[in-house]
Amino acid sequence: MRQVTVFIVALALLGSACSDSGFGDTVTVYSGRSEELIAPLIERFEEQTGIDVAVRYAGSTELAATILEEGAGGPADVFFAQDPASLGTVALAGRFSELPEDIHAAVPARFADAAGRWVGVSGRARVVAYDTTVVSVDELPATEDGFTASDWRGRTALAPTNGSFLAFVAAKILLEGEAATLAWLTSMADNDAPTYAGNSAIVAAVDDGQVETGLVNHYYRYRLAVEGPDTVVENYFFPEATAGSLVMPAGAGILAGTPHRDAATTFVEYLLSPEAQEYFATETYEYPLVPGVPVASGLPPLGSIPTPAVDLSLLATELDTATDLVAEAGLL
Amino acid sequence: MNDRPGGAAPQVQSPEIGGVLEAPPGSGKRYERTGRAAPPWLWAAGLLVLVPIGVPVASMLARVLGASDGAWDVLFNARTAELVLRSALLTLLVTTAATVIGIAAAWIIVRTDLGAPRLWGVLMLLPLVIPSYVFALSFLAATGPRGLVADLTGIAVPFLDGLPGAWLALTLSTFPYVFLVTAAALQRLDPALEEAARGLGASTWRVFRTVTLPLLRPAVGAGALLAALYTLSDFGAVSLMRFDAFTRVIYAQYAGRLDRTPAAVLSIALIVIALGILWAEQRTRGRASHYSHRPIRRPTRHRLEGRRRAVAVLFLGTIAALGVIVPVTVLVAWVVRGIDAGEQIAVPWNAVAGSVVGSVLAAVLAMAAALPVVVLAVRYRSRRTEALERSVYVMFSLPHITVALAVLIFAVRYLGPLYQSLALLVVIYATMFLAQATGAAKASLLQVDPHLEEAARSLGKGPFRVLRDVTIPLIWRGLLAGGALVFLTTMKELPATLLLRPTGFETLAVRIWAAADELFYARAATAALVLLAVSAVPAYVLIVRPKDATS
Repeated sequence: MRQVTVFIVALALLGSACSDSGFGDTVTVYSGRSEELIAPLIERFEEQTGIDVAVRYAGSTELAATILEEGAGGPADVFFAQDPASLGTVALAGRFSELPEDIHAAVPARFADAAGRWVGVSGRARVVAYDTTVVSVDELPATEDGFTASDWRGRTALAPTNGSFLAFVAAKILLEGEAATLAWLTSMADNDAPTYAGNSAIVAAVDDGQVETGLVNHYYRYRLAVEGPDTVVENYFFPEATAGSLVMPAGAGILAGTPHRDAATTFVEYLLSPEAQEYFATETYEYPLVPGVPVASGLPPLGSIPTPAVDLSLLATELDTATDLVAEAGLL
Repeated sequence: MNDRPGGAAPQVQSPEIGGVLEAPPGSGKRYERTGRAAPPWLWAAGLLVLVPIGVPVASMLARVLGASDGAWDVLFNARTAELVLRSALLTLLVTTAATVIGIAAAWIIVRTDLGAPRLWGVLMLLPLVIPSYVFALSFLAATGPRGLVADLTGIAVPFLDGLPGAWLALTLSTFPYVFLVTAAALQRLDPALEEAARGLGASTWRVFRTVTLPLLRPAVGAGALLAALYTLSDFGAVSLMRFDAFTRVIYAQYAGRLDRTPAAVLSIALIVIALGILWAEQRTRGRASHYSHRPIRRPTRHRLEGRRRAVAVLFLGTIAALGVIVPVTVLVAWVVRGIDAGEQIAVPWNAVAGSVVGSVLAAVLAMAAALPVVVLAVRYRSRRTEALERSVYVMFSLPHITVALAVLIFAVRYLGPLYQSLALLVVIYATMFLAQATGAAKASLLQVDPHLEEAARSLGKGPFRVLRDVTIPLIWRGLLAGGALVFLTTMKELPATLLLRPTGFETLAVRIWAAADELFYARAATAALVLLAVSAVPAYVLIVRPKDATS
C-alpha cells in the first residue's frame, strides 16, 4: 500500500513537472497558432533568452473568449493569434496594453492595429486551392462570387467553422454589407458547396481527388508537399481585390496588467526578429511582414496580391455576425 | 465460500470486465439488503463523487435558463431540428450495427468450436483503444481515387465519407462495448434453459432467438446504451467524415463565437437527448436480471462445419481487418512516407508522459471513488443508494464537450487556483468515467459473500477496517479491471483535455488531433501508434491476466 502511495505521489510530481515552467523569467502565451508550427520557434526563443515560455494552444477565437472570461489577472501574458478578428476582440475589450512604438511600427501599417494594441507578425493570403489534374487556371473566376455559378455546383469546398473563413466572411461584410454577404453564402450553400472541418481537411480532400477546389489559406499546399512531394494541389490567387484575396496577419499583443511585461515584450520583439521572420517564411510558408525578409520560393510577392480596402482592426466587430450569417445560410 | 466459477467455459475475459458496463444501477439482487443504515462517512464519500461534475453542470443549467431569449434562437430553428434528426439517425444506425456485430461475435467466440477464442477476443477488443477520429482518418486515407487501396491494388474504390463513413468508424469504435458485455454474460448464462429448448426440438437459431437473446437482454442493452451515447456525443469522427451532426453545431458555436451562452444552450439540449436515451433503455429493460451469476457448468459449444465455419471466420476476419489491420496499416504507411520524405520522426515523450500521468491518476482516483459507491449500492441497498449509483451512470452518459464546457465556465469564475490545473483535469476524468470503475467493482463485490465482512465485524473490527482489510482485498481484481478501463478511456479523451488541461500539458490524443489538423500525418501517425502501444498494457491486464487468474 505504501509503495502504491509513493508511486502515485511520484506520478503527481511528474505531472506537475509536465505542466509547470520552473524557475526564472516566465511568460505565458495563449497561442491560436498550432503547436506543430510554433513549438520549434518557441524552443529557439527559450534557448536564446533563457525565458521560459508556457504555451496554451487552442483556437484563436476560443482563446479570445477565454481571455475575456478570465478578466484582469488571468494567466495569459501574450495572446498570439491566427487572425486579426480574435486580436481585435481582445483589443476592443480593453484587455491589451499598448505596444512600444518600435514594435508596432516594424510592419506596414495595414498589418497592425491602428491604436497600436497588436501587431501582425506573419501574413496569410486567402486563395483557391485547386486540383491541377482536373481544373485549369483559365476556368477559375476572378473573385469568389464566380463560384456561385451553376457550372461550379458541388465543386468548391468551404470550411464554415474555421477562424480564417469567418474572418473572410467578416471582411466581406465590411466590404459589401450584410445582405450581399448573406446572399453569397446562401448561393454557395444552394450550389451544394461541400463543407469541411478546416482548411487542412479541404486541401487534403483536393489532393485526394475528393473535391476540385476550395477556399483556404495559401500555406497548406506547401506543407502538404513536405510529406507528399507529388501533390496535385496548386494555389490560385484572385486577380481582383476582394475579400477572397485578403492577406490577413497572424499577430500578437501583450495583455494589460501582466506582471511579466518585460519578458512578454521580449517575446513579441523576437517574433519580429529576422530569425523568426525567416522561420515564418521557410518553415510555415507564410509571408514575413517585416520588410526585407525574402518570401519562400514559389510564392508570389506580397505586393503583387491585390489588396481590398478593409481595416483589419474592425474585423472583430463583425465576427459574431459572420457566424450568424453562416448559420442562417445553412452552412453549419 | 467465495466460490470461483469452477469449470466454467473457457473465458475470453473475466466477469468483472463484462460487469464493467453491464451491472447497471439497480441490477444484481443476489443478496438482499441487510436493513442496516450506512455509516455517515460512507455516504459523505459517496456523495462527494457527484460534486465535480454535478455542480458545474447545474451552474451551467442556471446560466442557460437565465439567458436572454435571443440565446435560445440557436436551439429552436429548422436547421437545428434537422441536425438533431441526423444525429438520431446516425445513433440508431450505429447502435443497431454495433449490437448485431457485438452479439454475433460474442456468440461465435464463446459458444462455438471455432477455436482460438483468446486471439479472436483480443482482436474484437482492440478497436476499443483506437480513437474514433483515428478510424475516420485512416478510412479517408485508404479510400478514394488516390487512396492507399488504389495505390496498392490499382483499383479505385469510392470515398468512404459522409453517413457511411461516420457509420463505419463509429460502429467499429463502439461494437466492442456490446461484445464485451455479451461475451461475459454468455459465459455466465445457465445453459439449462437453452438445452431444455433444444431438447424439445427447437433449432439452433430458434433457441438463440427465443431463449438466449431474451436472457442476454440486460447485458446487450447496457452495451448498446454505451454505443448510442458514444455516437451521440462524438465529434471527431463525424466532423472528419463530413457528416453534419448536432455536436458540430455546438463546436461551431463554441469555436466561432465569443459568447459561450449559445454553445451552453445547445449543450444542455444534448444532455436532455442523452438522458432521454438512458431513460428509454431503462424503461424497456424492466427490472429483471435473469442470468445466474454462477454458471453451473460449461455450456456446450456448437459445432461449426463447412460453409458455416467459413462464414464465421470471414465475419470475424472482416471485423478484425477493418477494426485493427486497416487503421494500423495506414498509420504505419504514413510514418514510412514521412521518413521517406526526410521528416524527423520522434516519439513525443512529453505527450507520452502527459497521457500516462493523466490516465494513471484518473484510473487510481476512479478506483478510490468507486469504493464508497459500490459498497453503498451492494451492501446497503436502498432507493437512495440506487439513486446514487444511477447518478454516477448519468455522469458517464454526459457528452464530454458539455461537461468540459460547464467545468471550464465554472472553474474560471469560482475555482481560482484549480482553474487550468492538472488536479482538476484528473478529477473530471475520474468522475466522468467513474461508472466504468463502479461497474467492474460491483460485479466483483456481488460475488463476495457478505458473511465474510460480517464475520470480520463480529470480531470487533470497525466498518472502515473491514473495508480496508476484507472488502478491498477481495474485490481488488474487479477494481483493477475498472481502473484499466478508465485508463484506456482517458487515453483517448479529447474535448475535456483540450478545454481543461494545464497550460503546456500534452497528451497523445491531443498530439494526434493537432498534427493531423496541420497535415503532418507522419507525426500524427507516430503519436497514434505510441498511443496504441501504451494502451496495450492495461488492455493486457483486462484481457489476458484474468484468464490466468481464473485457471
